[in-house]
Amino acid sequence: MAQVSGIADEQTSTPLSSSNTILLRISRFNPEHDDSSQFMEFTVPYERWTTVLEAILDVKKHFDHSVAVRYSCRQATCGSCGMMINGKPRLACFTKISELNSNVVTVEPMNNFPIIRDLAVKFERLFDTHQKIKPYLIRDDSELVSDEREFLQSPEEVEQYIQFANCIKCGLCNSACPTMATDSSFVGPQALAQAYRYVADSRDKGKDSRLKIIDDSHGIWRCHFAGSCSQVCPKGVDPAMGIQLLRGYLLGFRS
Amino acid sequence: MRESTIMKIHYGTALAAVALVAVHILMRLTQGFAESLEYESVLANYKFIPYAAMLELILILLAVHGFNGLRVILLELKQGRSYEKAVSYGCLAAMIALIAYGSRTIIMTNMGMV
Repeated sequence: MAQVSGIADEQTSTPLSSSNTILLRISRFNPEHDDSSQFMEFTVPYERWTTVLEAILDVKKHFDHSVAVRYSCRQATCGSCGMMINGKPRLACFTKISELNSNVVTVEPMNNFPIIRDLAVKFERLFDTHQKIKPYLIRDDSELVSDEREFLQSPEEVEQYIQFANCIKCGLCNSACPTMATDSSFVGPQALAQAYRYVADSRDKGKDSRLKIIDDSHGIWRCHFAGSCSQVCPKGVDPAMGIQLLRGYLLGFRS
Repeated sequence: MRESTIMKIHYGTALAAVALVAVHILMRLTQGFAESLEYESVLANYKFIPYAAMLELILILLAVHGFNGLRVILLELKQGRSYEKAVSYGCLAAMIALIAYGSRTIIMTNMGMV
């Protein structure tokens, strides 16, 4: 375990004037060289509004530029910076250090994802399962005829699925899911929630084909309803509820 | 068989088993516990056809529910095509074997072989 406390001289750096500091512990692991992960510790200044991502970028700028982290929008829209922050899956750009109420902030890669390096993980499984449930509107009519306009929906019809359309594919739900940890073939809460999003859409005609895909020995029935997926979603999506509603279709309670 | 059909059977057997086991416990309460387990008393229960039929039904419900539950646990524990096939067929075979063994006891009693 290495600890770096000094700040390297840098002419162009932003001023680090805050008197508040935290100990930022970053998990370092390169599967090509390392047998196991180890933590590096950095003393980082922060303000009330400083996010964990900003603290990590501070470390990259001033202490160790080799820390691997994936990020893009910095506003909880792209879903790139998911990681374990003090043991809980969160978006680093959406988590302020001050709200953690701790002098020590530990960041690790998300659980249930293979590690590329340090905090960056592979998303192949998430994207594969997402793609598998056909995340698009399926219609019988292949083209619109000239007198048709857009497919109109009532507010009630939109209400059926709109919260599930907020998913940003950050993978935090899959990271929190206990079934994902043991069942390597499980579809996962992200894909199941998206299956519900399209099944519940009044414009969609692909319900039967989607239900057939998730009605598998590693599909929807392997959810234990722990609810941790819904607890960690930064966009307020409730995958656990979506999964229960989907089960309603398969058990014949909904049509 | 589709997984949803299997799970419908799983939930159905659980609910039915709870109801029938409750009836079974109530029947046992009509006697003292030690008296209920006496050899003659057990034989009399097996020879009373409606009660023996209910015991047989409880055996089937619990075997189906229990072995499917075991199958689900084992499928979540490890994955792989041949492993999953072995688990599914293994649980089905064990379920049939248990039902056959339990039924044998009831049938033998009623045929006067015990």
